[in-house]
Amino acid sequence: MLELIEQFNVLNAFWVTIKLAFFSAILALILGTIMAIFRLSPVGVLQRFGAAYVTIFRNTPLTLIILLCSLGLWGQLGFEPASRDSDTFIVDLNFRLAIIGLAVYHAAFVCEAIRSGVNTIPLGQAEASRSLGLGFLQGLREIILPQAFRGAITPLGNVLIALIKNTTVAVAIGVTEAAYALRNMMEFRPDVFLLNFLVIAIGFVILTLPTGLFISWASQKWVVRR
Amino acid sequence: MSAQQVLFDAPGPKAVARYRILAAAGIALLIGILGFIGFRMYQKGQLTAEKWSPFIDPNTWTNYYIPGFLDTIQAAAIAIVMSMIFGLMLAMGRMSDIKPVKWIFTAWVEFFRAVPVLIMMIFTFYYLSNSDWSPDNWNPFIGVIAGLVLYNSAVIGEIIRNGVQSLPNGQREAGLAVGLSPSKTRRLILVPQALTSMLPTLVSQVIVVLKDTALGYIILYPELLTRARQLGSAEANVLPAYIVAAVLFIVINYGLSRLAEYVENRQRAKNEGAAKKPNVNTAVPTEGGGATGQVPGTVG
Repeated sequence: MLELIEQFNVLNAFWVTIKLAFFSAILALILGTIMAIFRLSPVGVLQRFGAAYVTIFRNTPLTLIILLCSLGLWGQLGFEPASRDSDTFIVDLNFRLAIIGLAVYHAAFVCEAIRSGVNTIPLGQAEASRSLGLGFLQGLREIILPQAFRGAITPLGNVLIALIKNTTVAVAIGVTEAAYALRNMMEFRPDVFLLNFLVIAIGFVILTLPTGLFISWASQKWVVRR
Repeated sequence: MSAQQVLFDAPGPKAVARYRILAAAGIALLIGILGFIGFRMYQKGQLTAEKWSPFIDPNTWTNYYIPGFLDTIQAAAIAIVMSMIFGLMLAMGRMSDIKPVKWIFTAWVEFFRAVPVLIMMIFTFYYLSNSDWSPDNWNPFIGVIAGLVLYNSAVIGEIIRNGVQSLPNGQREAGLAVGLSPSKTRRLILVPQALTSMLPTLVSQVIVVLKDTALGYIILYPELLTRARQLGSAEANVLPAYIVAAVLFIVINYGLSRLAEYVENRQRAKNEGAAKKPNVNTAVPTEGGGATGQVPGTVG
């Protein structure tokens, strides 16, 4: 088993998976929060913009989004988030395009998670903030969003776990993460097929199980007591 | 909190002016993004007639999109039916009174919810390719179905179990009181109610399955996306072919999500109509898809 892990660089592959998940989670959180603010805002155009974003990206398969990042964003729009002089140009490029695809897709779910967090806040909180004379953005920053994030820990955590698992789709544009490693292992070591699967599958259990436990713990700890 | 009405005051003249400016900025942003995309596509020659004219040729549809669509639906339909059957079995097993049975089913469910669908697809596909107990051209199909069913049966099992747990306790007690055994109570009283109350979540799970069939692209299952790529290389219009596929996916999934909303609203109306009876919980989680202890839901 150790020999297998060494031969196919499984640890490296999982390191790529972790990096993919980490960066796209941060980007998705930022983008999703912006979209949530748009959807809550008093401006009709922005509300519809946010709603359209969620509808479009939530209903498109992730595989397609990642392929379009490679073919459309880089191939056609000429967006090139890596330097051509670098030796690792293709690797960096695909890695970063995959991060963008993952972030754009999961931002739609983050937006919905935050909105469900806003729904846990009693009416009185917003009324109180308005009666104190806070404007929309002030109220959002000081009163609504802090409580919304705390109320949305569980749905946000579920998005994070889904994101960790969905990093495997990056294999569609050749990022050398865990699914890529499994493909190689199945191709070159078919004799130990079950072990191949278990090594990769247990890797994902190790990544997602503690995340899930942490989220249950965090949502208890930071719950807004009323 | 119904946020839309309370987060901000009714706008006065100054605020109205500010909102107009923001609205204009929003429109400008949108036009800017779309315009930039359009302009770059035009520059790269993606907006020429020969890139898009294949889509008014009926052969494009009969040779690529319709077969691809049918293969997508076929895989999704088989996977959802099998996931429902196995999901029911997993839920029953996990609620069993026999401790070891419960442990085994719990471990199974938690394991297969934690492993990505694609990992199971790749494993099944390559395993079948190296063995000879299935005809080779069936391997991608079986791979897609196996991946989808292993994952979604675990998720659906959890949805059903959650539905049972959210039923009022009196339902179980009443079942036991009329002399049914615990397992009969579950089978005849609890699970049927859980299935109805979780119906909206189950419908949104169909969307997840439908989207996940697109993973079949990676193991060469000839679904919508694979067909779009074939069309793209035949007509040298890969990008338009993918864009049309994306539009098809969005339309189908949007329709399904509206159906889920409709089912949910109808159920809520029915529950409210049923007067003072303790409310069956229809609060449905629509995000998630996690491991351990999370309410299962629907992130692709």
